[in-house]
Amino acid sequence: MDALATCALRLGDDSLILGQRLGEWCGHAPALEVDLSLANVALDLIGQATHFLGLAGELEGKGRDADALAFRRDVMDFTNCLLVEQKNGDFAHTMARQFLFSNFQELHLAALAASKHERFAVIAAKAVKEVTYHSKLANDWVIRLGDGTDESRARMIAGLDWMWRFADELFVMDEIDAALGIDKTVLRPAWDQRIDAVLAEATLERSATRRAITGGRIGHHSEQLGHLLSEMQFLQRAYPGATW
Amino acid sequence: MSDSQKEWPLWEVFVRGKGGLSHRHVGSVHAADAKMAIEHARDTYTRRMEGVSLWVLPSAQITASDPGEAAALFEPAEDKVYRHPTFYTIPDGVKHI
Repeated sequence: MDALATCALRLGDDSLILGQRLGEWCGHAPALEVDLSLANVALDLIGQATHFLGLAGELEGKGRDADALAFRRDVMDFTNCLLVEQKNGDFAHTMARQFLFSNFQELHLAALAASKHERFAVIAAKAVKEVTYHSKLANDWVIRLGDGTDESRARMIAGLDWMWRFADELFVMDEIDAALGIDKTVLRPAWDQRIDAVLAEATLERSATRRAITGGRIGHHSEQLGHLLSEMQFLQRAYPGATW
Repeated sequence: MSDSQKEWPLWEVFVRGKGGLSHRHVGSVHAADAKMAIEHARDTYTRRMEGVSLWVLPSAQITASDPGEAAALFEPAEDKVYRHPTFYTIPDGVKHI
């Protein structure tokens, strides 16, 4: 795959893996209404993944479509950031992950919507509206849990403490990212400002700085991603080409 | 915490289908406060483009008529057909009635 196709793949993989993770909540969320909220966000993300992976397949030009890329690639070939593959944990963990990611994704897609690469811009323009709602939802929950009971606060702190080490990777640039023409490092100050504003309202502080963990973009994933894929890809692995 | 506080209170949800129409009752959601109720209403009742505007209000704020008084309240209207404006001839040129 050339650089531009890989850029589409990275965008698609982020959405796909987070969508699959959120889908795991279906039927298990703390309340029926929250179950629907999470499933809605998951479906938005899987819709984005379909578009971006479809574009990646077209740009690659080897006849792979979005399904082939989602269901017939091995873990080392996935290019999602490590944050999105983190396990759901409890509801606060899930919201901590969503909070850090959606605020980044919203800024990234907003920049992409103005890109000269028209195919990317069209997908981003549609997706950014969805993600604006995801950020709002996650921000509200971080505030609610952080500024809530002793237990909700402790869980929110623990969730952020775990997820925080994967935040730096969101802003890492390499030669492949450069092909898309969006400098992710430039998005950092705006992201910091958003995160700090929400944390202040949630009466929380930033987690202590930890050594950032990166490598997802080049296929260095945690064991958990393999488990996620084994479930997500089971049907196409067991019955190749199955449709219904 | 008592049992009554463990569950989020109930909110009634009203959706405006499109500009110009009035908000219609569509159902209810559980939520801790009004802000959460709007989010839950959005996710529960407008996922398939059903609306352009939402209202929520605490179900506890609704005063309902007493079912035991239904006979006294509603049955007297049954034999008063003259209250329906059906005894007029509508000119052909008038539409949308």
